[in-house]
Amino acid sequence: MINFVQKRQLFFTIAGVLVLLSAVALMVSFVMFGQFMRISIDFTGGSLFVLQFEQAVDGDAIRDVFVAEGYSAPIVQQLGAQDSHQWQVRTSFPESADVTHLVLEALEARVGPIDTNNSTVDTMEPSVGAEVTRTAVLAVLAAATAVLLFIWFSFRRIPNPFRYGVVSIVAMSINVIVTLGFYALMGILGGWEVDALFLTALLTVIGFSVEDVIVVFDRIRENIVRHYGEPFELVVNRSVLETLHRSLATQLNAMFVMIALLIFGGVTIKPFIAVMLVGMVSETFTSLCVAVPLLTWWEERQMSRRPGAALA
Amino acid sequence: MNRNTTLALILILLLAAVALYLVVPTTHPAWVKSAVAFWQPESVRSLDFRLGLDLQGGLQVLLVADLPDGGVPDSGSLAQARSIVERRVNALGLTEPVVQIRGNRYIVVELPGITNPEQAVDTIRGTALLEFAEPPVTVDFMNMPTQVRTTYGQTALTATETLTLPLFTTVMTGEALQDAYPYVNPQTGAYEVGFKLKSDWAAFFADYTSRNINQPLCIILDKSIISCPVIRSSIPGGEGTISGGFTYDGAESLAVQLRYGALPIPLRIESYRAIGPSLGQAAVEKSVRAGLIGLVTVLLFMLIYYRMNGLAANLALTLYVLLNLVIYKLAPVTLTLPGIAGFLLSAGIAVDANILVFERMKEELRVGRSLLGAAENGFARAWTSIRDSNLATLLTCAILFFFGNAFAAGMVKGFAITLALGNLVNIFTAIFVTRTFVRVMIAVMGERINRSPWLLGL
Repeated sequence: MINFVQKRQLFFTIAGVLVLLSAVALMVSFVMFGQFMRISIDFTGGSLFVLQFEQAVDGDAIRDVFVAEGYSAPIVQQLGAQDSHQWQVRTSFPESADVTHLVLEALEARVGPIDTNNSTVDTMEPSVGAEVTRTAVLAVLAAATAVLLFIWFSFRRIPNPFRYGVVSIVAMSINVIVTLGFYALMGILGGWEVDALFLTALLTVIGFSVEDVIVVFDRIRENIVRHYGEPFELVVNRSVLETLHRSLATQLNAMFVMIALLIFGGVTIKPFIAVMLVGMVSETFTSLCVAVPLLTWWEERQMSRRPGAALA
Repeated sequence: MNRNTTLALILILLLAAVALYLVVPTTHPAWVKSAVAFWQPESVRSLDFRLGLDLQGGLQVLLVADLPDGGVPDSGSLAQARSIVERRVNALGLTEPVVQIRGNRYIVVELPGITNPEQAVDTIRGTALLEFAEPPVTVDFMNMPTQVRTTYGQTALTATETLTLPLFTTVMTGEALQDAYPYVNPQTGAYEVGFKLKSDWAAFFADYTSRNINQPLCIILDKSIISCPVIRSSIPGGEGTISGGFTYDGAESLAVQLRYGALPIPLRIESYRAIGPSLGQAAVEKSVRAGLIGLVTVLLFMLIYYRMNGLAANLALTLYVLLNLVIYKLAPVTLTLPGIAGFLLSAGIAVDANILVFERMKEELRVGRSLLGAAENGFARAWTSIRDSNLATLLTCAILFFFGNAFAAGMVKGFAITLALGNLVNIFTAIFVTRTFVRVMIAVMGERINRSPWLLGL
């Protein structure tokens, strides 16, 4: 039988290493791109073209057209295989989004025919980006507050609800940092960018990160009463083991769906799904291996000073 | 099996049959549509899935009222601008275009499945069509019609009733205009609209007017006559005025229309998204396949791990999927790619409630409770955990929805809506439906299960 509480040193070390690695990924990204994570035009404003040409074309010719149409510093990249003729162009925001469609006409005229059925164009004015950023910050704050209130509500009847709240927040923070670190890493390796969907995934991770904690804590609450007099460590460990099947079974099912989407789903939602998957794995780990042992350590420390106080 | 359970079972089977019938892509008779989707406006009532822009392909533009100093337009003129944009969009003949006001200065235009975004943008934002045209000799000058045809853009005219209108000969269009402004005639004190032509048109206009002195020249806006002044003298320098008994407001509004189009406020495109229709098509196919693979894995896992209980949960999950799809059709919910992901994720999480119950049930059986007692206890005691975790998810969805509302994309909102709907449906299927199935199972084969606990995964 695994003793979750006794292995806490190992677990804390693993959590520490994960946080450290995430910090490294964020720093490397900052050094490489000047941003902790690569930020998409959703937030900065700008234009992103994914163009499917019908024949082989020259990247320099594409760049020239964009420059001629008044876009500054376009970054032109070929996507996929050499013979797929798919190109991606990222530029700053043009003078006005009104001219977006003009550059397509110019490309068709001067570079080659474009299959518009398989192309996407995205232009966002910087002011929209600023508004989106503001809302995003608000949403994250709202989510954190909501989680706090929720924990406070869930544990209002047990002793020391504050501690339960704090360890849940610690677990959640680790999740968020690991998720950000993972995304920074994928930004370096795969060019993933923070967009509206990334924030959606992050908020979902924040929302879900309390669920496992609450189920375990719920059981601890129940077992404290049922096995009155047992050492706290034993009660906690029993509760973890009792809920372990459920936690793992639930995570597995969610993961089945996400892995299927990751492998077989469309390419546009891959980063979105991957973030949720990483967040969920991290969530399972932090709730069982960080939040629970941390709570035990805190309660025991107090009990060794004032025996029985935690049960008051 | 007691009467209540029998009744519940019949109810569930009926619900499943109706849901299945509504979900399968067959042609549903009109009375079925009006019976189950009576709240949908008749013109768009349908039992098809609504696909969002990212799945169908199309164009989304975010228009912002472009007032000087970033001012906010009054709601009346924004609403008027919206309805003008909508009228223009409808002229494109697309199915289900969306033109909505967002916030106090945005208008979102979504044109699903459009193949020619360039033309659409021109249509939406295009300035009103101003023409300087000669009336045909047949028209009584004192009794001008209000609606006319012109030689410019003849091919664009399709409606047959307009063919009877008099045909005016276009001399010049609004293209030639550089500026327009309200103007008070110093001689008469009347309000007029002054205009200035671009330099390359000024010479043309000077020449034209010198050749047509004492001839009427009509000023036509979007094919209706504004005024038909008579050319008194040659107009050199490309500057002139339009008189027509204007009030100040009338002159001001015509000047604005000439400058910005017939919109009461100037609109600027702030974001522009065009998604190729084939990309959306491919995304739908991939998501459906991925979803099927994921869900079948979940069904297999539940069956292998929880055996008979798993079977009950799987039947409930199947109903869960059907019910969600029916709600998408009836509500209706516009499906986006993240929306589908949210639905699939919610289906993966939906079994969580059942897992909580079944694990509880196993524990109760291990301490020696009877089969039925363990089942009832399992459902009763797992309830607080189920309620809490569902509440947490709903809370997350509410925040996501608020966050997504600020986006024009609607992708975030799509995810929040399907996830939240899934949660609500789940509370029904995971508790009521699964419990009924488990009760039926115990009533029918309780003996066998008691003899071989293996059937419950013990």
